[in-house]
Order: sequence, then C-alpha cells, then structure tokens
Amino acid sequence: MEIFQIVSFALVASLLVIILKDQKSSIAFFIILFTGIVIFLVLIQQIAQVFTLLEYIAQRANVNGMYVETILKIIGIAYIAEFGAQITRDAGLGSIASKIELAGKVLILVLAVPILTAVIETILGFIPA
Amino acid sequence: MLGDAYILFQIAGIGIVVAMIHTVLKQMGKEDIAHWATLVGFILVLFIVMNGLQDLFQQIKSVFLFQG
Repeated sequence: MEIFQIVSFALVASLLVIILKDQKSSIAFFIILFTGIVIFLVLIQQIAQVFTLLEYIAQRANVNGMYVETILKIIGIAYIAEFGAQITRDAGLGSIASKIELAGKVLILVLAVPILTAVIETILGFIPA
Repeated sequence: MLGDAYILFQIAGIGIVVAMIHTVLKQMGKEDIAHWATLVGFILVLFIVMNGLQDLFQQIKSVFLFQG
C-alpha cells in the first residue's frame, strides 16, 4: 500500500523540517519543496492511468479530442499553480502565492477560450435567426 | 520511495553539517569562511532539489499533454 509509504515519508520530512527550522530555515524550505516533489512523483503514475481511462471513455463517446486535451492541460496548470502557491505560502510569502494563483487562473482562462467560443456558437445556432 | 528517503536524509544532513560548520568557524573568528561554507552547502542542496524539480516538470509535461 503506497499510502503508508507516503505518509511516513511526509512525517519524517516534517520532523526534519522542525529540526532545521531555527538553525537553517533555507534548507528547511528545501526539504518542504523536495517532499512535495517526491509525493507528486509517486502519484503521477496513478494519475496517468486515470487519464488514459478518461481518454478511452472520450474516444468511445467520440468526443472531440481537442476538448479532452484542453481539459487535461487545464488540470495540469491548476495543479502546478496550486503546488507553487502552497509552497510559497509555506515559505511565508502570501503575496507571491496569490500572484501565482492569479497567473494560473489567467492561463486557464486563455486555454478555455476555444471551448467557450464553441459553446456560444452552438447556442447561437439554436436560436432561429 | 526508498531512494528518495536517502536523498531527503542527505539534504537534512547537509543542512545540519553546514549549520555546525558555520557556528564552529564563527567561534574560531573566521566569519567570512563560515559564510562561504554556508553558501556552498546551500548550492549543493539547490542542485539536488532542482534535479527533483526537473523530473517533476518533465513528468507533468508528459502526463498532462503539454506538448502542444
């Protein structure tokens, strides 16, 4: 069961952070960052399996591939922005964290533009001109 | 998972050793060398963590189809 490994790894890392917090807070921050990276690297394989299932379902329902790809990218951007924002907030920099979140929102909005135009066009198509 | 635990303890070890070296050198009166030692330890850990970050971003690019 991987959950036990992940939880024990995180507990050990948090203990090390507490040890290093007062003497060397920069190295403590590096440990926090490294723990976040490792835990996500462990999860990425499972996420890949879920995404292949999603793509398979989308193919069977013959949904346009572009939409599914955009959704996956949006999920990726959301995750990275949240990861960066949490790490910088841990470091005590709330303002930079909110800037990262703003950037994530803007990039997601930019990615969603083609989908929004498609939706609007289909809606306009229903209205008898 | 185990390999990463080794790296984690390496980082913590480097941090503790650098902190000790810093205090020892400071008591000996060699303040500037102490700062150099801290800087070297910091850069060493930076390399290790940046390698991990590179792996993370590479995996994310492949999984979340960022090739477009």
